[in-house]
Parts: sequence; structure tokens; C-alpha cells
Amino acid sequence: MNKNNPYLPIPMRLVKNFCETEDKLIHTFDLEFVNKEDQENFKYLPGQFAELMVYGQGEAPFGIASSPNEPGILKFSVAKVGVVSKALHLLEEGSTVGVRGPLGNWYPVEDLKGKNIVIIGGGFAFTTLRSTIQYLLDPVRRGDYGDITVVYGARNPGLLLYKEELQEWENRDDINMVTTIDRPAEGWEGRTGFVPAVVEEVAPSAENTVCIICGPPVMIKFTQPVLEKLGFTPEQIIMSLEMRMKCGLGMCGRCNIGSKYVCKDGPVFTLEQLKKLPNEY
Amino acid sequence: MIINKSEIAGLLDNLVKEYRVYAPVQKDGIVTFEQINEGTQAKPGATSKKPPKEILFPQSEELFNYQVDSQGLRMEDKIDDTKSVAFGVRPCDAKSMMLLDNVFHNDEYEDVYYTTRRKNTLIISVGCNQPASTCFCTSVGSSPFDTDGSDVLLTDIGDSYLAEAITEQGKEFLCKLNLPASDDQAKTKAEETKKQAQLTSEVDTTGIKEKLDDMFDHPYWESLYEKCLGCGACTYLCPTCHCFDIADEAKDCAGCRVRNWDSCMFPLFTLHGSGHNPRTSGKERWRQRAMHKFNYFVERYNASACVGCGRCIKNCPVNLDIRQVIADIKAQDTGSEVS
Repeated sequence: MNKNNPYLPIPMRLVKNFCETEDKLIHTFDLEFVNKEDQENFKYLPGQFAELMVYGQGEAPFGIASSPNEPGILKFSVAKVGVVSKALHLLEEGSTVGVRGPLGNWYPVEDLKGKNIVIIGGGFAFTTLRSTIQYLLDPVRRGDYGDITVVYGARNPGLLLYKEELQEWENRDDINMVTTIDRPAEGWEGRTGFVPAVVEEVAPSAENTVCIICGPPVMIKFTQPVLEKLGFTPEQIIMSLEMRMKCGLGMCGRCNIGSKYVCKDGPVFTLEQLKKLPNEY
Repeated sequence: MIINKSEIAGLLDNLVKEYRVYAPVQKDGIVTFEQINEGTQAKPGATSKKPPKEILFPQSEELFNYQVDSQGLRMEDKIDDTKSVAFGVRPCDAKSMMLLDNVFHNDEYEDVYYTTRRKNTLIISVGCNQPASTCFCTSVGSSPFDTDGSDVLLTDIGDSYLAEAITEQGKEFLCKLNLPASDDQAKTKAEETKKQAQLTSEVDTTGIKEKLDDMFDHPYWESLYEKCLGCGACTYLCPTCHCFDIADEAKDCAGCRVRNWDSCMFPLFTLHGSGHNPRTSGKERWRQRAMHKFNYFVERYNASACVGCGRCIKNCPVNLDIRQVIADIKAQDTGSEVS
């Protein structure tokens, strides 16, 4: 974040523009810092987001998919839905983009030390979860945490993000990586079934465990009762919310739920916190 | 100190040489707060249709401009630190600036566009001898001669104004003007004037925050918005409304980033890229407006975001009266009444 003016983006170079999903809706962008100083000042944790700017088009908020232990770059996976995201998809590698951030709060990685962690993701809402997994798996840090279980689902194999990394995590023994697709598909030898059902099968223990869940509303809606049945209390369930945002600084007034601004007080909330807020998101 | 009304124009002429001076100006049939070049333009004692918040937070402003080409990226922000004087602000509007201060300089971030202007702008208020029928400042913890947010408060005592310094900056400013000292007669007259200024309307706002705590799902909201056109005039003319949009005005890779006032009364305000909208109808939007003013803002900043200026009442095309809304909210049964 620019120290003097939080509205000013820092320049970054697009080093990789990669089509992530077979429907071509999601591209992943790797950005490199142009200035060494900006790189040193950009201190973030998994769960935070940034405003990504395409010069001449505008800016929009996206969760940071890279992890602080991947120095030198920032990674974003962006669905093509609006003016900025469409422009981003078309951007040539080597182009300069602007970044404003890091913004918002983060998954409570400090408080999670000594605990087991369950990560549940669906569709393309896996970006800040990727950041979290990368962070937790860092060899200098892995010992601080208990068992790590990840359930990640997509409609079909072609819509999974970060396919190579999923494979790599599946081959590791310090993370229980469960990937699923909704229905059987040709060439898919992995698990099939909707995320809530798979969570029920995997049945992670709620004891000394925190669950981070991020995905489409329908997935969250049906996974919540499963988690409750497994014994997870609302304090043990952590979510990340999306809202239309502009400033990211708690000023422009549009992303509030009750008195909380999702951009500044969030985007990460426990289910317990959300239960105290109006149901307007 | 005393400022003779006949000398106001000359005094402003002198100020214009040293400061950027804003004052109420009669233009196109309405009074607006604008920068003046000569003293005779000013109409001190007139209440502007649009609040003077735009001195600090313009309706549209350029945040920075940029250009990306073969030579790289050039970017320049424009922070306005011109020494300014806002002459003839109403006490309610001065108070609103104190509320806006909370928003634009929160515990984490400082909006330097706003705060720089704020630091460099002296607020010279004129108290209200005759509050309008739509004014209800006394109902929201203020009064026609409230000094909150003003550096200097002027009281109209007939042919002249009695000038009182409220802040240190106000004191220094008045000293520089070499004004005649006020005599006892003028002071007495000012006291009487203040006492005589009567509000003709009021509404009981006590306990409204707590009442609203239990009203998010109340059926009241289902009918409140029915006559609202969603024009947003209430928010644009509100001295405490601060919502804004950020947009780029650019061609190819060169242009500028601007921010413009926005309104919670507009459906696009909260529309997600996915098409989802948490506030789909006027019901949710009106609830947001009422809740933000009298509950959420109180929760965040310990003050309600209404100064009782009455502009939203005077200018609503369908006569939706916030005083009535407050009274109606207070009258609703929330099933958790203690008394």
C-alpha cells in the first residue's frame, strides 16, 4: 500500500497470463513487482485481497491466490465477468498493471497454530484457499499446525483450478487432499460427488479443528449442516465474503453488512460473527 | 468582535487575495456553495441547497492521472492543499464535517484528498436566526448556534455580525482581520438572538439506535419505500452522506481515475459482478439508508449520521419525510419493549 496515498496503485508486470479452466472463464495471472521497494512493503497473509488495475479500464477487487512464501510475485485467478476482468484476460504478458493492497483481514493463521485445519472449497472460490494451503505447507511452518484436510470440488475436471498443484498435494503425506467432481466424467479416476456429501464421507473430526470454507452459496448452504453434525461450532467455521467494492478502505460505503465493512472488517468472518450481522449478503 | 454587514464584501475581497474563498452564491435560482472571486457574490446568511460538504469532498474529483507508454508508467496524484475559507456555513453543515472526519480518516487509512482540504479550510459559520420549517437540528443533538465543527461562529445581530472564535485557528484568523471589539450591547443582542431562534419542528430520536437494533427483519420496511422513486436526491443533498464511486476516465492507456458521489438508493450500488445483488429493491435500500444514519453509523462512530438540516425533506419529490420515518420507527412494535 502506498504509504502516503492509499488510492495510488503500485506498478506490477504481468509475467504470466494462463487460461486455468476449460471453459476459458478463469485466467490466472502472475504479477512481478516493478520496484524492489514495493515488494518489500507488500506484506500480506492468506485471505487478503487487492485491487487490480488495468490501465485505461479501471480496477476491481480480487483475492490474492499466491502466498507470502512465494516471494516476488502475486497471483490472482480471475473470472471474466466485467470490464476490468475482461480487459485483464486480454492483457499481453509483459504489460504493466496496477495493484492496490493488501486489503482486508486474513484467515487467522496465528490462532490456528496447534490446531487441525479443514479447508473446503468449491468452483473457482479456491484462490485464497490456495494461498492458505501454500502458506501452511511451507516447511518452516508446517510443524506449527496439526492435520490438514482439504476438500475441493468442481463441476467437472476441466473446471478445477491449479490442477498440477492439486496433483502434487495429493501425492504428499502431510496433507489429506480430496478432490471431487460433481458427476463421473470420462478420464476422471478420482472421487465424484458434491462437496457436502464428500465432507460427510471424509468426516474430519471437529476436535481442536478449525474449518475454512469458501465457495458458491449453494455449496456453503448444504455443507454447513454437515459440519454441524460433525460437531463444528460457529466459532470453528471461518468464511470469506464477497461484496461489490470500490475503495477497499471502509469509506465508499457500499460493501457493508450492518455496521461492518466487508472490505476492511472482513472479508474473513467466523460463522459466529456472521450470525450476529443482518442477513444481507 | 464585530463585522459590519456593509463591510462584508470588502472583507471577502481581501480574503480572496490570500485564500480560496467559498461562500453561498445565488445562481440559476438556487443558492449553492461556490468559490467566489469578489465579495459581492457572497450571500452570507443564505442556506445552500447543496451542502458545503463538496468543498472537502467534491461531487466529482480526479484522484490521479496516468499514462502508460513505451517510456513506462507515469502517474500523478493531485492533492489540493490550497488555503481556503468557507464563509457562511450553517452550523448543521459544520457539524456534518466532523462526522465526515470519522469516515475519511479511520483507524487504518487516511483519505489524503479529504484530510488535506480539511486541514487547510477554515469554517466560518453563520448561526440560524430563523430556522426553516424543515429544520430539526435540536432533535439530533445540535442547535441553530451549535459551534461543533466551526472555527468561527457569526451571529446576525441586525446591521452586523458578532464573531466568536471557536478554535485556535479561528482566533488567529479573526486577529488578522483587525476587527473592532464587540461591546456589551452587541454581546447581549447576540445572546438574545440565540435564545429567540426557535425550531418549529422536532422529532423524538431518543433510543432510536436501540430500537433499530431489533428491526432489521421488521415488516415496517416493506411499505416504507413504496412511494420512493429511488432518485437519490436525499443522499446527494445530505451533508453527511459520503458514499462514492471510483471510475476511470481513460482512452487507451492514458487517463485519470475519478471519484464521484454515489447513492445507496441506486440498485447498481451493490450489484455484484456475478449478477447477485444483496439489496434488490427499494425495501433493502431504504432500510440501509435509515439503518446507516441511525444505527450503523452510531455503532461505528458513536454519533448518528444526521444533523437535522432538513434538505432531504425539502427536496424529496414524493415528500418522504425523515422526521416521520423516525417517528414511525419509534412507534413500531418490535416485541422487545421494556417500557
